[in-house]
Amino acid sequence: MSMQWEIVIGLEVHTQLSTSSKIFSGASTSFGAEPNTQACAVDLALPGVLPVLNRGAVERAIKFGLAVGAAIAPRSVFARKNYFYPDLPKGYQISQFDLPVVGQGALTIQVEALSGNAKPYEKTVRITRAHLEEDAGKSLHEDFHGMTGIDLNRAGTPLLEIVSEPDMRSAAEAVAYAKALHSLVRWIGICDGNMQEGSFRCDVNVSVRRPGEPLGTRREIKNLNSFKFMQQAIDYEVQWQIDTLENGGKIQQATVLFDPGKGSTHAMRSKEEAHDYRYFPDPDLLPLDITPAMLEQARASLPELPQAKRARYTSEYGLTLYDAGILTASREIADFFEAALDEAPGQTRLCANWITGEVSAQLNRDGMEMVQCPITPRQLGGLLKRITDGTISNSGAKEVFRIMWSEGGDADAIIEAKGLKQVSDSGAIERIVDEIIAANTDKVAEYRGGKDKLFGFFVGLAMKASKGKANPAQLNEILKRKLVDGK
Amino acid sequence: MSLTNADVLKIASLARIAMNETEIEAARSQLSGIFDLIAEMQAVDTQGVTPMSHAQDVSQRLREDMVTEADQRELFQSIAPQVEAGLYLVPQVIE
Amino acid sequence: MLNSSLAQLGAALHARKISSVELTQLYLDRIAAHNPSLNAYITTNTETSLAQARQADLLLANGNAKPLTGIPIAQKDIFCAKGWRTTCGSKILENFIAPYDAHVIEQFNNAGAVNLGKTNMDEFAMGSSNETSYFGPVNNPWDSGAVPGGSSGGAACAVAARLCAAATGTDTGGSIRQPAALCGISGLKPTYGVCSRYGMIAFASSLDQAGPMGRSAEDLALLLNVMAGFDERDSTSLQRAKEDYARDLARPLNGLRIGLPKEFFTEGMGSDVAKAVDAAIAEFKKLGATIVDISLPNSRLSVPVYYVLAPAEASSNLSRFDGVRYGYRAQDYADLADMYEKSRAQGFGAEVKRRIMIGTYVLSHGYYDAYYLQAQKLRRLIAQDFADAFKQCDVIMGPTSPSTAFKLGEKGDDPVQMYLSDIYTIAVNLAGLPGMSVPCGFGSGGLPVGLQIIGDYFAEARMLNVAHQYQLSTDHHDRAPKNIGV
Repeated sequence: MSMQWEIVIGLEVHTQLSTSSKIFSGASTSFGAEPNTQACAVDLALPGVLPVLNRGAVERAIKFGLAVGAAIAPRSVFARKNYFYPDLPKGYQISQFDLPVVGQGALTIQVEALSGNAKPYEKTVRITRAHLEEDAGKSLHEDFHGMTGIDLNRAGTPLLEIVSEPDMRSAAEAVAYAKALHSLVRWIGICDGNMQEGSFRCDVNVSVRRPGEPLGTRREIKNLNSFKFMQQAIDYEVQWQIDTLENGGKIQQATVLFDPGKGSTHAMRSKEEAHDYRYFPDPDLLPLDITPAMLEQARASLPELPQAKRARYTSEYGLTLYDAGILTASREIADFFEAALDEAPGQTRLCANWITGEVSAQLNRDGMEMVQCPITPRQLGGLLKRITDGTISNSGAKEVFRIMWSEGGDADAIIEAKGLKQVSDSGAIERIVDEIIAANTDKVAEYRGGKDKLFGFFVGLAMKASKGKANPAQLNEILKRKLVDGK
Repeated sequence: MSLTNADVLKIASLARIAMNETEIEAARSQLSGIFDLIAEMQAVDTQGVTPMSHAQDVSQRLREDMVTEADQRELFQSIAPQVEAGLYLVPQVIE
Repeated sequence: MLNSSLAQLGAALHARKISSVELTQLYLDRIAAHNPSLNAYITTNTETSLAQARQADLLLANGNAKPLTGIPIAQKDIFCAKGWRTTCGSKILENFIAPYDAHVIEQFNNAGAVNLGKTNMDEFAMGSSNETSYFGPVNNPWDSGAVPGGSSGGAACAVAARLCAAATGTDTGGSIRQPAALCGISGLKPTYGVCSRYGMIAFASSLDQAGPMGRSAEDLALLLNVMAGFDERDSTSLQRAKEDYARDLARPLNGLRIGLPKEFFTEGMGSDVAKAVDAAIAEFKKLGATIVDISLPNSRLSVPVYYVLAPAEASSNLSRFDGVRYGYRAQDYADLADMYEKSRAQGFGAEVKRRIMIGTYVLSHGYYDAYYLQAQKLRRLIAQDFADAFKQCDVIMGPTSPSTAFKLGEKGDDPVQMYLSDIYTIAVNLAGLPGMSVPCGFGSGGLPVGLQIIGDYFAEARMLNVAHQYQLSTDHHDRAPKNIGV
């Protein structure tokens, strides 16, 4: 690369709202039913049917707006977006155009550093708007005698389309934003976040420019349903655009798809004819008025948000921003942390260390999410208590944790059954230390001669002799006294 | 106002209505007449007037989030032009 | 029996002087005899109708009957009725068997009425002469060479020719009132939102409203009592306490203030129509009414405004007819786009295509503000004119249509001339107000003339009272056409 390029990325994210029924009909939204068994008369756009708006979808949209500090429109309007497509039964999609329910907001994200020595940083991404609309059905391209099959079960599933400003400057930032949004919508309980099932789909607008110049022409990568693919797709697309421009080419505005197999993007073949959606207010739906009471109800139902929690964890608990970030990566993790703390009050650092350390590592190893964690916060809290009151040593605690993970049981029972209780009887420890000193006179002499590093050697021997059960603090103190003073 | 045949063709294409040359020509002349009729309203000063989308000034009623519809696929697909394995069939969609 | 009012028919059924099966059979026989020449019905279903009549007879026998139980009603073919072919006058729905009932149909079913058949109409209710129907034109029973009006032309014809006891219609720009006027019957378009639009195939959603068509205002009141009602499946259905629309029928008209808009009495109106309307106004004065001169200055713009808004909504409403899930699909096509274009080109008639094209154009990029938005603003001004007028009067009167029934084919090639025949009715739909037409005499060639009565929002009971008192002192509504065997 001869000169620097600046990458400019904005996202449009379609989140399926977790209502039981559709946005404009009483058909079920559950995933995986037999084709067209959840497409009712309204979803099929039979002649004469009409839409009625689902309260649950409106409530979820309001919650999202409040969570990103956005203005909620006291009056918003549904519009028809007209185009023909077989998975769009009415020939128009009911959406919002001029007056969306959620106005400008913002989301603060944490971006992990790419290179080893750079630090993670915070960034605020502006949200342009979020609006309610209906999902389309699905086209199944398996061969039906050269035809396409249409399943309209998904048609009418409520969507909140969340549009960001082009504020992101790298694939890492785009992925961090998408992850933060993904976490947030699950956090506030408006979307199940299941990306395999299409509950959270990202369209990424990518352009490049020389720093300081106006925005370049963008291409939109459609329908990314994994963060890994998003990273790959953006990386490929950015390089493609830079190569094209550096070779004297021009970028044409286009909609592109990412092929995970090839790791590349390609422009869609279908209708690049100029879209003319002929938006107009849907005469079948009246203006949506959001009353102060509805706003208040939504506000009261919102949990403490990740950003507020992060601030509290750092200021109140003295955790690092990094640890606070991990603990608020999802509502499940934060809930786990706080429930474990209830069990072991005051042990914030220890608790944070165990969750970001042992628990996370085990989950990773077993390929699990926090919801699948075999250990309850209560079990972990019980273990932490036994660490702080000196009943078990650190190594003993790791052993208890291992057993807890694979076999279950609470800390006290495991300590008892496995005889892991720490020896705090100073007489017993003194006897062990005396034996070690007696058996290693040469090393004792070296130590006393100034080789301080040998202290660890003696600790190791003593621990081994106590089968790991010696209270480390006590052992240290006795060992030091006897090695230095010989008493 | 007068429309061109290209205008008519573009509208017909947006509306997904096939038209041959004769039909385009006929439509062009009739639509032009209708737009002359409509043109009368464009001269009126409507500055500051709020557009009226609905006959009544009422706000949208909300439906409770409940599943009320049962599966009626068999009935609904009995009137479909072409179905197979519970799917509506259409000529191949190309993305 | 054929000239009995609905109340008289109800009484006869209750007294078991006639059964619903006999009454239904009587009308079915008349349809068999006269429909071949009149073409008022697209579909009848003898067995289904008689089965409903038998059910009604059971209710009557058990003492569980309601006012319309057992009475045969003709339903406009725009209402989905489960198991009935529902075509909306279009080839694209030629074989469409509705899988559900419209709210209006449910209301009649719950009342125990008999569905006598589906009446002919302009395709997708787009027309003022019934000539755009795929199932052929309807003849006016008063003059077989004349149109019945439209779009509810089949319904108006069936009522006038005594091929049903009463009928339903829908009115987007005059589709109940204008054919009622041209066929010499009574018809009412209620306030927008009084009857549910659920299951009524949409033309222009913000203007469409169902209403009753019958031989007298009294009949209309009984019909509206059944048709009106809140329906949670239509977001624009109004939540209001149930009304008895017949409650004010007997009220004297002393002190009634009738507004006569000067814009409705211009040279555009035929002299025979003017004469009949003037005579009706004189009759109202005799009944104790006073006349107020009013003005609706923006009503002259209602035709252009309507021909932007209605086609815009229609172009979008009719996109669902794509040959994928139901309805007509072209036989041969190259690909998906071709399938769409051919199915729609072959399935829709010329007028429907024309309006889809107008609507597509006015909504398209770069034209929206000049056409659609401007029309919506003018719509408000038109509605405001009425609000101002109703500060001075209780009802507004004028002609329903500028002329009596015109000849079949007379306005064939000029859509603009056809559109102007709705010049007096359209403003009412734009404002969402209730409007009705009642027979007020006969013009040249002995063809009926209709008087339009417009009320303020929810003034249906008062309007029916006004019309009923007029009908008590006149007999225009009782006259029947010749050659229909009555």
